[in-house]
Amino acid sequence: MPATNAEPIVVVRDVHKSFGPVEVLKGVSLEVAKGGVACIIGPSGSGKSTLLRCINGLVPIDQGSIRVGEFDVHTLKTDAEKIALRKEVSIVFQQYNLFPHKTALENVMMAPIHVLKEGKDEVRLRAAALLKRVGLSAKADAYPGELSGGQQQRVAIARSLAMRPEVMLFDEVTGALDPETVKEVLNTIKALAQDGMTCILVTHEMRFAREIADQVYFTDGGVIVESGPPAQLFDHPTKERTRAFLSEIL
Amino acid sequence: MALGTLVGLFLGFAQISLVTPVKKGAWLTTHFFRNAPWLVLLFYCLFLLPFQVTVLGLTFPIPDWIKATFGLSLPVMANVSEIVRGALQSIPTTQWESAASLAFTRRQTLWMIILPQCIKRMLPPWMNLYEILTMATVLTSIVGVNEMMSLTRQALSAENRPGLLLAFYSYVLFWFFLYCYPIARWTVRLEARYAVNI
Ligand SMILES: Nc1ncnc2c1ncn2[C@@H]1O[C@H](COP(=O)(O)OP(=O)(O)OP(=O)(O)O)[C@@H](O)[C@H]1O
Ligand SMILES: [Mg+2]
Repeated sequence: MPATNAEPIVVVRDVHKSFGPVEVLKGVSLEVAKGGVACIIGPSGSGKSTLLRCINGLVPIDQGSIRVGEFDVHTLKTDAEKIALRKEVSIVFQQYNLFPHKTALENVMMAPIHVLKEGKDEVRLRAAALLKRVGLSAKADAYPGELSGGQQQRVAIARSLAMRPEVMLFDEVTGALDPETVKEVLNTIKALAQDGMTCILVTHEMRFAREIADQVYFTDGGVIVESGPPAQLFDHPTKERTRAFLSEIL
Repeated sequence: MALGTLVGLFLGFAQISLVTPVKKGAWLTTHFFRNAPWLVLLFYCLFLLPFQVTVLGLTFPIPDWIKATFGLSLPVMANVSEIVRGALQSIPTTQWESAASLAFTRRQTLWMIILPQCIKRMLPPWMNLYEILTMATVLTSIVGVNEMMSLTRQALSAENRPGLLLAFYSYVLFWFFLYCYPIARWTVRLEARYAVNI
C-alpha cells in the first residue's frame, strides 16, 4: 500500500469558508501524501462536500491556503488557471452527473478531446480501455438513462480518469446506490488506490474507510475533530464526539 | 423568424451571463420587446425606418417587406430569448459543476453540454411561436402588403353571399395549415431525435 512518508501532494491549511452568515469551514487542515488515501467522515452538514469543492477550486475560500501539486489553489483567479488545476484534480459526485445526451463512451471521451485537445482515435482507444477497467466494456454505447446507478457511477469515475488527474476526489460516491451495487464501485476505487492514485474520499462506508485509508479525518461543525490512521481512529477514538458518532453509525 | 431566433438565442445566453451589465441589458431588451404589442412594433418599423439608405453616394431603397420582417423579428427575438433562458435554467446546476470539474470552459459547457440538452425543451415553445408568427403575418397586410385575408374579405364582400363565408375562411385556414403542418411534423421529428433518455 501507499508510501505515507512521501512528499505531500495536497496540503490544506486553516481553511475558512462561509456561505453568507453561516461559517461552514472553520479552520480545516489536512495533508495527503502522493499515492496516499485520505478518508473524511462526519455527520451531514459538517462541510465535507464543501471542503472537496474547495480543493478543486469550485468553491473559493475566504481564508487559509490550499496547495495541490504545484498549484496554490487559493491564489487562482482566472478561469484559465482554475482549468489548469482541474486537469490535475478531478472530482466524482454523489449524483454521477453524467451528460445525459451522450453515450457512456462519449461521456468519457468528451473532456480529453475538447479540453486536452487530443486526437479522436487515440482518445477512443483510451476511453474504451478505461471503460474496460471499470468493467463496463459492454455498455459503451448505452446512454446514462439506460444504466443502473452503480454503472453510471463507474462511468463517471472513468470519465474523471480520462483526464489523467494526479488526485481524485470522491464525494460520497456510493451514497445514492443500493447496497449490492455499492461493492462494484468500491472495488473500482480500491483498484485505483492500489495502482497508486492519490485519493481523498468522503464516505459513510466505515468498513471501506478502514480497509483503504492511510489517514481518516472525522469532521463535525466545520472543524476536524480528530484524525489518525484507521485502526487508531476507529478502535481507540480519543474524543467523546468521535465515539458518539461511531457508535451511532456502527 | 430565422433572424429573430438567432438574435434571440444570443439574447437568451446574455440573460444568464455572469457579467451584470450584459445580463441586465439583455433582460431589459427582452422584456421591452416581449411586452410591446406586435402591431405597434410593426408600425414603428414601417414608418420610422427610412425609405432608402444612402451609402457612399449610392442609394438603396428599403422595400416594405424587409421592414416588416425586421419589425416582426423584434418580438420573436424577445420571445425566443425567454424560451432559451427558461430552458437553460431548467438544466440542473450539477451539470455545470461536473463540466467545470472536468476543466471545460463556460463557453464549451454551454455549447456542448447544456444547449444540446435544452433543444428538446425548446422545440415545443419555439413551434408555438412560429405558428403565432405565421398568423401575425396577417398583421403586415394591415400596413399595406396585399395578403390572403384581405383578398378573402374583398372576394366575400364582392359576392355578398354569407353562405360562402365559411367556405372561404376554411380555404384560408387550409392554406395556413399547409404552411404550418410540415414544420410541425419536422419539429416532432427533431424532438424524437433529441429525446434520448433525457
Ligand atoms: N453553495 C452553497 N450556498 C449556501 N450554503 C451552502 C452551499 N453549499 C453548502 N452549503 C451549506 O454548507 C453546509 C455544509 O454543506 P456540505 O455539503 O459541505 O456538507 P456535507 O458534510 O457534505 O453534508 P452531507 O453529508 O449531507 O453531504 C450545509 O449547511 C449547506 O447548507
Ligand atoms: Mg456532501
